[in-house]
Amino acid sequence: MNSVPLSRAVDLSAGRAPAPREWALFARRLARRRTALFGLVVVMIVIVAALGASWIAGYDPTEQDITNRLRAPGSQDAAGRAHLFGTDHLGRDILARMIFGARPALMVGFAAVAISGVLGMMVGLLSGYFGGRIDDVFMRLADVQLAFPFILLAIAVIGVLGPSLPVIIVVIGVSSWVVYARVVRGAVLSLREREFVQAARALGSRDGRVLLRHILPNAFTPWLVVATLDMARVIVIESALSFLGLGVQPPTPTWGGMLADGRVYISTAWWLATFPGLAILVTVLGINLFGDGLRDTLDPRLTV
Amino acid sequence: MKIYLARRLAQSLLVLLGVSFIVFFILYLTGDPALVLLPPDASAEDVQKFREAMGFNDPFIVQYGRFFLGALRGDFGQSVRHGEPAFNLVIERMPATFELSGAALLVALCLAIPAGIVSAVRRNTVIDYISTVVALLGQSMPTFWLGIMLILVFSVQFNLLPSSGRGSLEHLVLPAITLGLFTTARITRLTRSGMLEVLSQDYIRTARAKGVSDPPVVWKHALKNAAIPIVTIVGIELGTLLGGSVITETIFAWPGVGRLSVQAIYNRDYPVVQAAVFLLSSTFVLVNLVVDVLYTYLDPRIRLR
Repeated sequence: MNSVPLSRAVDLSAGRAPAPREWALFARRLARRRTALFGLVVVMIVIVAALGASWIAGYDPTEQDITNRLRAPGSQDAAGRAHLFGTDHLGRDILARMIFGARPALMVGFAAVAISGVLGMMVGLLSGYFGGRIDDVFMRLADVQLAFPFILLAIAVIGVLGPSLPVIIVVIGVSSWVVYARVVRGAVLSLREREFVQAARALGSRDGRVLLRHILPNAFTPWLVVATLDMARVIVIESALSFLGLGVQPPTPTWGGMLADGRVYISTAWWLATFPGLAILVTVLGINLFGDGLRDTLDPRLTV
Repeated sequence: MKIYLARRLAQSLLVLLGVSFIVFFILYLTGDPALVLLPPDASAEDVQKFREAMGFNDPFIVQYGRFFLGALRGDFGQSVRHGEPAFNLVIERMPATFELSGAALLVALCLAIPAGIVSAVRRNTVIDYISTVVALLGQSMPTFWLGIMLILVFSVQFNLLPSSGRGSLEHLVLPAITLGLFTTARITRLTRSGMLEVLSQDYIRTARAKGVSDPPVVWKHALKNAAIPIVTIVGIELGTLLGGSVITETIFAWPGVGRLSVQAIYNRDYPVVQAAVFLLSSTFVLVNLVVDVLYTYLDPRIRLR
């Protein structure tokens, strides 16, 4: 703390330099973590690849070329076009399919996290703020949810309803709210007793207003950390479902689907299964690194 | 303590009730269970008859009650494909899944706990960095890709280990590593952070000040206290392992419940799906109950609550 010399009175009316906004401070602290920054860069690259797939890929991901099937990485076709990561069993360019495969992965990731995040936030707020019967019911529900081997349930439900993008998103989204709810609830439990909340209530704010204006903004950081790390999990689940043939259906390229195709050719063409798996690994690693950095910067004591 | 146990038991039963409801509900997701269970070329008359025979015209709650009582007796109906009781099909394959999950857990514990401890004790050394990076990779790696890569290296390239089937110990190696890696990564990170926290506590400093040498401090004083979160996560991880076995068993053609249920879904054999989900979930609930009871022995503070 810099001490202000007593002789110089502090002039409150003078325009003081505005305190650095909290988020700017936070961004600077986050940027100092090299691994988190690396993770962020990786995630940005994947997002850019997904958005600009049509321009970046160079090939149509569904374009078949039977004369050029199972070509090794780096080989060229008759027209002199290079296949950096080789071609698959139908002669499709693997790199192009990997780039396009980022789309379903991210789409499911963002959408499912949005659903479960909002659900979990609501449950956590209500459960933590009101406690009592509501809390009991929600937490028992959470126990039931956690008692399920999740992937098995997802497979069963998607198997019954038939795999499609909305079904996959809803199934993953609806069944992943528990972690959010628990973290938010924990935060709310301690926020509820804080002075500013008590003050808002004493001033006559209604519950809804207290929850939305005073508690929610403060419970947001742990929520954000959970959402980031959950995104990684959801992307792995999406690719696992695609791998089992229960994800987004062909001809749309998915990382999991490419892996499933490549598995058949594992003894003759290793690149088919190797590269899409690397795409999943790098993406998930990037998100995890960023999420870890986010957690350590925002709230080091948070265990998620 | 007795009250705690009773409450915990009641809770488990409640969870099982919820599980049974969701499992029951799976059949109704499509709308008409009779159409789901019968072959698509069944005549309208057959469908009607079947509906009558199965009681699908009864009120929903009556049907659920019947399903639940059946489930308690292990009656999930006949497998549409195999013509055998679904329960038997699942139970027959349970040992294989337990074997695989158990082996994976063993792999995870044997690798993760020493790695986590060494990482914490030798903090910021090369060993720590290596184990941290490996754990991070392990947490980010999709199981099915790892499985395929292991097959590529150990079965296809070097022909060292079998890539499918169950039988000898050699068959178990690749699937157990594949299934166990994610858990290994999680437990390594947890052990490391738990040990770091415990090692900075006052009682550790006291022990050291009293002249207790390094190994006993780490193994007796620190590990015992760091073990509590590890035991909890082992319970949760067993659920991950049971669920993850679905994919691992599919890759390695391991004849367990996971592979059975995936095949059952492809074949639209829903009684088997219901039996498999219900029995795996029940196992998980039971394991967690046992873990929680164990927990009270490790941490007396919980017993008194």
